[in-house]
Amino acid sequence: MDQVENFPNFSSSMNNSSRNSTFGHSGSKPVSYGSKGADSGALSMSQKEISDEDARLVYVDDPERTNERFEFSGNSIRTSKYSIITFLPRNLFEQFHRVAYIYFLIIAILNQLPQLAVFGRGVSILPLAFVLFVTAVKDAFEDWRRHKSDKVENNRIASVMVDGQFQGKKWKDVKVGEIVKIAANETIPCDIVLLSTSDPTGVAYVQTTNLDGESNLKTRYAKQETQAKVPEKERFIGLIKCEKPNRNIYGFQGNMEVDGKRLSLGSSNIVLRGCELKNTNWAVGVVVYCGHETKAMLNNSGAPSKRSQLETHMNLEIIMLSVFLVALCSVTSVCAAIWLKSHKNELDLMPYYRKLDFSEGEMESYQYYGWGLEILFTFLKSVIVFQVMIPISLYISMELVRVGQAYFMIRDSRMYDAATNSRFQCRALNINEDLGQIKYVFSDKTGTLTENKMEFQCASIWGVDYSSTEASLEHGHQAECSAQVDGKVLKPKMKVKVNQKLLQLSKNSFRNVEGKQIYDFFLALAACNTIVPLVVDTSDPTVKLIDYQGESPDEQALAYAAAAYGFMLIERTSGHIVIDIHGKRQRFNVLGLHEFDSDRKRMSVILGYTDNSVKLFVKGADTSMLSVIDKSLNAEILRATETHLHSYSSLGLRTLVIGMRDLSVSEFDQWHFAFEAASTALLGRAALLRKVASNVENNLCILGATAIEDKLQKGVPESIESLRTAGIKVWVLTGDKQETAISIGYSSKLLTNSTTQIIINSNNRESCRRHLQNALVKSRQPLAASAVPNNFEGFSDAIATPIALIIDGTSLVYILDSELEEELFELASRCSVVLCCRVAPLQKAGIVALVKKRTADMTLAIGDGANDVSMIQMADVGVGISGQEGRQAVMASDFAMGQFRFLVPLLFIHGHWNYQRLGYMIIYNFYRNAIIVLVLFWYVLFTAYTVTTAINEWSSMLYSIIYTAFPTIVVGILDKDLSKRILLKYPQLYGAGQRREAYNKKLFWVTMADTFWQSIVVFFVPLFAYWGSTVDISSIGDLWTLSVVILVNLHLAMDIIRWNWVIHAVIWGSIVATVICVMIIDAIPTFSGYWAIFNTAATGLFWLCLLGILIAALLPRFAVKYIYQYYYPSDIQISREAEKFANQRVIGGNRQIEMYPIPDGPPR
Amino acid sequence: MMEPHSAPTPKKYSKKPKYSKFSQQELPAWKPILTPGWVISTFTVVGIVFIPVGLASLFSSESVEEAAIRYDDKCLNEIHAQNAVAFIKSDMTNKTCTTSWTVERKMQGPIFIYYQLDNYYQNHRRYVKSRNDKQLVNPASEGDTTNCYPQDKTNGSMPIVPCGLIAWSLFNDTYKFWVNTKSLTVNKKDISWGSDRSHKFGSKVYPKNFQLGGLVGGAKLDENIPLNQQEDLIVWMRTAALPSFRKLYGKIETNLEVNDSVEIVIENNYNTYEFGGNKRLILSTATWIGGKNPFLGMAYLFVGGVSLLCAIVFILLYVIKPRPLGDPSYLSWNKNPGILK
Repeated sequence: MDQVENFPNFSSSMNNSSRNSTFGHSGSKPVSYGSKGADSGALSMSQKEISDEDARLVYVDDPERTNERFEFSGNSIRTSKYSIITFLPRNLFEQFHRVAYIYFLIIAILNQLPQLAVFGRGVSILPLAFVLFVTAVKDAFEDWRRHKSDKVENNRIASVMVDGQFQGKKWKDVKVGEIVKIAANETIPCDIVLLSTSDPTGVAYVQTTNLDGESNLKTRYAKQETQAKVPEKERFIGLIKCEKPNRNIYGFQGNMEVDGKRLSLGSSNIVLRGCELKNTNWAVGVVVYCGHETKAMLNNSGAPSKRSQLETHMNLEIIMLSVFLVALCSVTSVCAAIWLKSHKNELDLMPYYRKLDFSEGEMESYQYYGWGLEILFTFLKSVIVFQVMIPISLYISMELVRVGQAYFMIRDSRMYDAATNSRFQCRALNINEDLGQIKYVFSDKTGTLTENKMEFQCASIWGVDYSSTEASLEHGHQAECSAQVDGKVLKPKMKVKVNQKLLQLSKNSFRNVEGKQIYDFFLALAACNTIVPLVVDTSDPTVKLIDYQGESPDEQALAYAAAAYGFMLIERTSGHIVIDIHGKRQRFNVLGLHEFDSDRKRMSVILGYTDNSVKLFVKGADTSMLSVIDKSLNAEILRATETHLHSYSSLGLRTLVIGMRDLSVSEFDQWHFAFEAASTALLGRAALLRKVASNVENNLCILGATAIEDKLQKGVPESIESLRTAGIKVWVLTGDKQETAISIGYSSKLLTNSTTQIIINSNNRESCRRHLQNALVKSRQPLAASAVPNNFEGFSDAIATPIALIIDGTSLVYILDSELEEELFELASRCSVVLCCRVAPLQKAGIVALVKKRTADMTLAIGDGANDVSMIQMADVGVGISGQEGRQAVMASDFAMGQFRFLVPLLFIHGHWNYQRLGYMIIYNFYRNAIIVLVLFWYVLFTAYTVTTAINEWSSMLYSIIYTAFPTIVVGILDKDLSKRILLKYPQLYGAGQRREAYNKKLFWVTMADTFWQSIVVFFVPLFAYWGSTVDISSIGDLWTLSVVILVNLHLAMDIIRWNWVIHAVIWGSIVATVICVMIIDAIPTFSGYWAIFNTAATGLFWLCLLGILIAALLPRFAVKYIYQYYYPSDIQISREAEKFANQRVIGGNRQIEMYPIPDGPPR
Repeated sequence: MMEPHSAPTPKKYSKKPKYSKFSQQELPAWKPILTPGWVISTFTVVGIVFIPVGLASLFSSESVEEAAIRYDDKCLNEIHAQNAVAFIKSDMTNKTCTTSWTVERKMQGPIFIYYQLDNYYQNHRRYVKSRNDKQLVNPASEGDTTNCYPQDKTNGSMPIVPCGLIAWSLFNDTYKFWVNTKSLTVNKKDISWGSDRSHKFGSKVYPKNFQLGGLVGGAKLDENIPLNQQEDLIVWMRTAALPSFRKLYGKIETNLEVNDSVEIVIENNYNTYEFGGNKRLILSTATWIGGKNPFLGMAYLFVGGVSLLCAIVFILLYVIKPRPLGDPSYLSWNKNPGILK
């Protein structure tokens, strides 16, 4: 090796303590990370007794005994739904969960009864069979893929202890209680409590990407008591008592009895299925949860399916249509009853009843069942004939349209993220159209608004401000920050902008006295952290990259910054660190490490120098640090640093203060004694360690401060502005502290200087109530002023000073789920901006629920972390920010994308289009099915109410499958009301979806009235034109078929906005296809309508009727549409015109189009 | 700036969607908009096309000469009027009846002879289905009498050809015409569709066991003539769409002059009395639009008129209150800046 070996191993005895210290704080995390720290009570919880009923007992290395009393789940997993045998029944069972399918099944069954056989047997089952078949094929394919992946997963090999030897065993055979050995870079097969690891101190690093998406390494520890044991040599005897399987991936509690001692186990002692072991040669552990009981699988239940709002509304209209259907059938059967009654005597002789001709016995077989039953049968027969009133094909068409829309969303290059090489993902296929109606956006901050890539920006060292902004990368000194090891060049993975002056100073820092502070400052940055450097190979064999892995992105940023200034952290074990300082490798012993906790808000490290001096480095939040800094020393510098801190934080930067002090031998011994005692304590270890840390972290000498930019993602301020212009309320829910949240609010343009801020920050219910009421009064004032008529000035004031509500998690504890909710909602709905800080994951969901409960408006939640999962699932639409694969938020989300700014094209373009398309499609499908039912119904009135159909039974079944199905699907996928450019230019156009302009009750009724008119024209024009002529059923039936099909296609054509070749092809193609189908049906000699179309189409009357029908049926719609569009234009209409005529007339040449933001809606 | 070092790993496969006009939804498209010009010209064109077409149809419908002679009541003398059903069912009564009619306007041949049945409901569900099309065309399927009950088999279980109620109830009134005591030939060829004769009714299928049951519904068929030559049956089997209907009986190829006195001898055999149906004999010429029916012409005139009216109203509206198309000042957020909506 190199000179490192020559250093005396000063701290071998310290290893133990440092390990314990980290363990003590394992539940919490350095720096703010949302509310994940909320689980930090794990240790204290595990000290409590777990009652026997709630506990799982695991006998270490004794799976037989472990599984004796309770059969714990094995490790084989099954995510597939069906087997070959169960596929058909189960799939059908699941498909028939849809009420509509049951309805069609009942109708198909009814039609099989001889008395009710309206259609041929084959014909009547065709549509349902078609739909069921398509869905079954889709399901079968998906399940086959799951089967395949299950098989791969179950047959992976793990190394399991059998009879004192580690042997390969398939994953599916691993049992609870067995001891498993995992090698580096292996995936962990089940949830395992660590017993020992290759690291002498029992540390193991795991990557949890598959579980929560965080790609950094997490440290896990084996218990010191078990670390020393070697399972191969002696049988391990112990009993683990832990909680029952649950979904909480951040919590675990239990205890282990070994050698008569009782050790408590927390979440830092367990490694979970799906994680990967990194940076550790091997780890041995005992299996506690297997297969479906592992936390990964319990969390894998998938997103609960959501139903689109449009579909929910649609179901109301479908009920309406069912009422129509029942009404039509009732009218038919009542008329039939009257007819039968009034022709009672004639029935005996009528050619089709001839009751007289039959003796008593034969009457039965002639299918006359008496008045009452005949009426019932008429009713049922009419249900069969009019069944398409409920649009069966609509469900399958909607699914197809959504798939098509998803295709375009996925393929949109605007929503491709080059940084993570990820496309947009559509995980839920049934809520596409909800994207067009969003009124509230709930956004996480870290990783969503910001990149969660901290960037080192400024440093204030010894009272001097060095901002790296003035220097830039162009000067090209990336090459300088590298180190030579074994002839290989090591470089940090990230390049950092450096300040030239500071770089020079840091290079010379050995030589002069002033440089001492700079030296210490960067040493602190490089050493005072929990970063693990990972050496990564590159394509160039002589160059290796150092990847700094750590739980806190701030620490990573600081470590990279230190590396850029020549202080490169190269190696870290629990006992020492190696830092390359300007080409010179130096080894420092880590004598102690006090991890970050939320009470102290700082962390510290005690370094042993080679010259046996000991120094303490501390870094922490400014408030907590300034209280422990010795103010008598260097007051000037302290004051200067404070000024710098203030200016940094006003720029929205995250600041940290660095301090240090030398520890004398006695001080160190004193600390060491206390630290040992605290870390071996059984009860209240965390509190004791905290006390030890607080005792030593004082009288510090200030070194300086750092400022890190949590960089906003690209385009975030613009996106937020667009969203707000569109009338969408953006709420930011973050686990960050208030100051950070506010600074991000400013930088993302949520807050401006003119915003009135209302801050609610209370510790008890009463003060919450008081604050809320004051705030409400305050928020009402500008509105009250604006309510005065003609008070235009007060009015514009109201717009000029939007109100922002800033509330923290503690206050929310008292507000949510109490009577104060109502007031909070009222207040929040008056505010244009709501920032919630320090909120726990469940509170995020609570806030979403608060809004969802009280308004019908659609909510969207967007987030990237596991802490956003509950919020994503609660909201109507959940969006996950992806990046790496397998992120938890993405798993729970309905849509996933790479960047926050993609929300704008997602909502304004795709959401808008999807909503317009699907809304129109539903209405159109109602129309198209109702019109044929009405035509059939009118004819029934002229057949003595016997439900004869003039339209061929094949045509009436093919009507919704072939004749008219494709145009509506294609238009639903392809038509665009406005171009992308216009939609992005005027975000206000998004309001059409919020106001439900494309699908509402009024449109439904207007369309139904139009349907009524059109059906009358279609039916009665031929009726009167052919009245008293020789026309036969099939000929007039063909005329009706063709006119209905052409009419509904022209109706659709009239509403199409953009005619591209696909739409042309499908509209005209489906008319041609219909004509061909009708001709084919009429070319079959055994059908009674043989050659009818050819004979009638040869007459002029046929064509006159057809033309007359089409024009007369569409004229009213055409006129009304024109009047509406021309005299009552919607915003969309005007924009369409502007889009089309913009080139011809110079808009904005003389007048500038002004964009006013839409003010917030009235309070509810 | 923090940036990843250049190319730490070999360039990965990029998932960036390939650009195509289709996948980016940027296909070139025609974007029609209902501009006043378009709408007004559409209405005008509809008006201009429909009114002449309507006039032409009306004119042509008016030019059709048509005579309708109801005879079901006339052909009952007083004795039988009380019990018409018994009269018509009896084999013993003389059902021949004579009526005369004077031609009012000249009728250009060919003159079509129809019979019209009112209130008959040939489209009644039970009736429409009571036939078997396979049997009609294929001699091999003559035993196939599905759907034909009760006219499927004789008492001796022999299949009836053609089976079913429609064939059974074949119309059997006949008409003979004399003009000025000279007999008029009625051409009964080609009164049915050629397609029916060639493909739907078999040339080798002969009537069998037809009308042998105790109950006779209508005409009997000559068992030596194949079905495809039984044109009356073929016409009858094209079941009518509406409860009242006409069927072609035959054609008179000569002209009928004004004041020609036509004597008609009717064999009043067909039983419509039992359900109160009317029977009429129709003599009518035909034009391109068919028979005498002013409805379509009126409808066209009406639609054309309304369209012109619409065109005029829209022109007036446009002159009085035009709106510049695509003017952004009409956008709701520009119209009322800042008003809380």
